[in-house]
Amino acid sequence: MMIPKPLRNLPIHLVLSIAVIIFAFPVFLAFIGSTWDAGTIGRGDMPLTPGPLLIENYTNALTTGRGSRVSGYPVQVLLWNSLQMALAIAIGKIIISILSAYAVAFFKFPLRMFFFAMIFLTLMLPIEVRIAPTYKVMTDLGLINTFAGLTIPLMASATGTLLFRQFFLTIPDEYVEAAKIDGAGPLRFFWSIVLPLSRTNIAALFVILFIYGWNQYLWPLLITTSREMETIVIGIVKMMGSGEAATDWNLIMSSTVLALLPPVLVVVLMQQWFVKGLVQTEK
Amino acid sequence: MQRRAIFNNRILPYFLLLPQLVITIIFFFWPASQAIYQSVLEQDPFGLRTRFVFLENFQTVLSDPLYIEAIQVTAIFSVSVTLFVMVLALFFAVMADRQIRGAQTYKTLLLWPYALAPAVAAVLWNFIFNPFIGIFGRALNDWGLLWDYKLNGTHALILIVIASSWKQIAHNFLFFLAGLQSIPAAVVEAAMIDGAGAWKLFRSVLFPLISPTTFYLLTINMVFAFFDTFGVIHALTDGGPGRSTTTLMYKVYSDGYVNLNLGQSAAQSVILMLIVSALVWLQFRFVEGKVHYA
Repeated sequence: MMIPKPLRNLPIHLVLSIAVIIFAFPVFLAFIGSTWDAGTIGRGDMPLTPGPLLIENYTNALTTGRGSRVSGYPVQVLLWNSLQMALAIAIGKIIISILSAYAVAFFKFPLRMFFFAMIFLTLMLPIEVRIAPTYKVMTDLGLINTFAGLTIPLMASATGTLLFRQFFLTIPDEYVEAAKIDGAGPLRFFWSIVLPLSRTNIAALFVILFIYGWNQYLWPLLITTSREMETIVIGIVKMMGSGEAATDWNLIMSSTVLALLPPVLVVVLMQQWFVKGLVQTEK
Repeated sequence: MQRRAIFNNRILPYFLLLPQLVITIIFFFWPASQAIYQSVLEQDPFGLRTRFVFLENFQTVLSDPLYIEAIQVTAIFSVSVTLFVMVLALFFAVMADRQIRGAQTYKTLLLWPYALAPAVAAVLWNFIFNPFIGIFGRALNDWGLLWDYKLNGTHALILIVIASSWKQIAHNFLFFLAGLQSIPAAVVEAAMIDGAGAWKLFRSVLFPLISPTTFYLLTINMVFAFFDTFGVIHALTDGGPGRSTTTLMYKVYSDGYVNLNLGQSAAQSVILMLIVSALVWLQFRFVEGKVHYA
């Protein structure tokens, strides 16, 4: 207790700064890689300071996605695909789960708990454990390489429904009674009371689901067969291939930086909702 | 749990449930039941004839040395990732929990990797540990360590553990921090007055109080290591070299989707379903009554 406070905290600042550096280092290096030419990187001569080709590399990645070895697809198309997919999954999932949670929480009807248990059981059936049969279903339905096939199957899962149901159960009974006395039906009550009350929960869930959608890997790998449907994450992995020395690392790294910016920005800018959403959806 | 004041409407709730149920049945229950159905059948290579073989597929799978190998790889990989992630995340969280300047900034700077796709993490770490162009990969070779994750299975495993853990630490950090911040200041002060040092405080007060969070993260990290790391493995090693990074998840993918061995892939799927079910069950059993954040 004799040491003055700022000094006592020094080791803590040191440890946390090291942690921050370890976390940021791979992205820093990717950024440096995105500013040099392929030859410098391929020879292993890349310094730790930015090179002269920042604008060229990013322009090339965005508009052509092609280098001397890599023949990718323009990254702007891939980014647009990922954005559409992430938004469709996030918005679709929120709509579907808020409706089903509303049914389960505010109505009494035969088989209510059966349906709820069914939704709950989907937690135990992630796509990873049922790849082959799901793929078969997608083929039978003609959904391979379609936007619907890419997004709709990912819209249903238990997390959203569980979250909204839990929140709905905290809405006081008096609200429902008052609404009934005022002559509001269930749909009016949903639109005028429940939806506005759910705003923060919707925002929290949106952040989590946007990231979930943007980062999908296995599903788009199975469903998209044509290049113009590819997502940015898949596109980058294909660009990298087996990762030889003499490949267009500058192109791969500028695409990687472009791919990680949107979800990182969403997390950092919507941090409050993100933390709330993360702790709630997983609870 | 059921609320008292509810709407009486006979048809509307079914309509509200319809979208979710339709998707759930078509894309979850139908394929899952197909997996279970196929797991007890054997199909000839041309798909002309199938016969009921009961548990034979499971027997074949579980006595297959390649499957046993995948179980071992999965065990080593998931235990390494879980340990690595939880120890570091807890350490950082304990540090960030102090009343220091810039605590919020540190938090922001430590949580963003959550936003990264596992496959993107793989690309980033390949750029660092690539034996020819990576800054560390080259350094290791310069020191005579002969680092090459494409030829050496142990190196490959180390690399996918690093890439997966790096992405997952942020998530655990956030939960540990939430757990630590929910501990009343009075408890900590009482321990300090009783003369507890930093280690004693952590060992006897903080750690036991956040044990529900710890347990919860244990199951979450297992699920992450089993399934979500598919992108890391697919992007970095394709399960190789040899089969040194072929986890159970990767094997289901390569047997079922790439090699189209339906009966055995289905049996593998069913085994994975049982594992997930057990983990989800554990998680909810312990979370329901015991985890308190506030």
